[in-house]
Amino acid sequence: MDILLTFLKVILVGGGICTVAQILINYTKLTAGKILVIFLIAGLILQSFGVYQYLVDFGGSGATVPISGFGYLLAKGAMEGAKESLFMAITGGITSAGAGIASVIVFGYIFAVIFKAKSKKN
Amino acid sequence: MKTAKDCVNENYLSLVSMTAPKTDEKRSLFRAFWVGGAICSVGQGIRLIFSEVLGLSGDELAAYVSVALIFLGSFLTGLGVYDRIGKYAGGGSIVPITGFANSVVSPAMEFKTEGYVYGTAAKMFTVAGPIIVFGVAASVLVGLIYFVIYRVF
Repeated sequence: MDILLTFLKVILVGGGICTVAQILINYTKLTAGKILVIFLIAGLILQSFGVYQYLVDFGGSGATVPISGFGYLLAKGAMEGAKESLFMAITGGITSAGAGIASVIVFGYIFAVIFKAKSKKN
Repeated sequence: MKTAKDCVNENYLSLVSMTAPKTDEKRSLFRAFWVGGAICSVGQGIRLIFSEVLGLSGDELAAYVSVALIFLGSFLTGLGVYDRIGKYAGGGSIVPITGFANSVVSPAMEFKTEGYVYGTAAKMFTVAGPIIVFGVAASVLVGLIYFVIYRVF
């Protein structure tokens, strides 16, 4: 039962964040790229005030899988680095987000080379 | 002052809004909710498997989960499956990290005809570029502000 409750929370938080994005798309006609940037910065700002952590503690992957979770990681890394030194304050964000950025670049390039673009008409 | 051209434009725009397919708003919200929730659940499932099988925890576990999801997202984009999910789910497929991977692979595949350097490698960042620029710049700013706060107080 415990695991069921966990997944319920994940769906609630993750689905909720995606629904907010859909509301933005419906009412403002923003493009996908701008939606991604807005959610990234929103997660980053919320975490820099320590708020997003509560969402992560409650919703688990529901809060970390959306792109706002990526912003959360960037802010968290920067804040932890700031405790250590000026150098770590600057590099902390990209260090904690490094796995994501590196894998996007590597997998993205490999799969883009392997696969051919599908016709948009289908 | 209204010119004849403005009138034509107005008429044209009202005609477009009349004939354009109306997106059912409640349905689109529901689709975004359940597909977004499902993708996050896949993430949670991968998280459970990695923590049980590989014995990972904390930040390392979170990093492995995002790597796995990015792998899945770019693979499905390569197969052409993710774009179909995107047509159905809208925001539900854009916002998860798999959508970020999709936004990298999609233009990269499309511009492969322009070569592997200025086509694939350059066009990978048409959407991901702004995300990395704003994300990293904002994180440096947050780091500097917190550095000052920690030192002063």
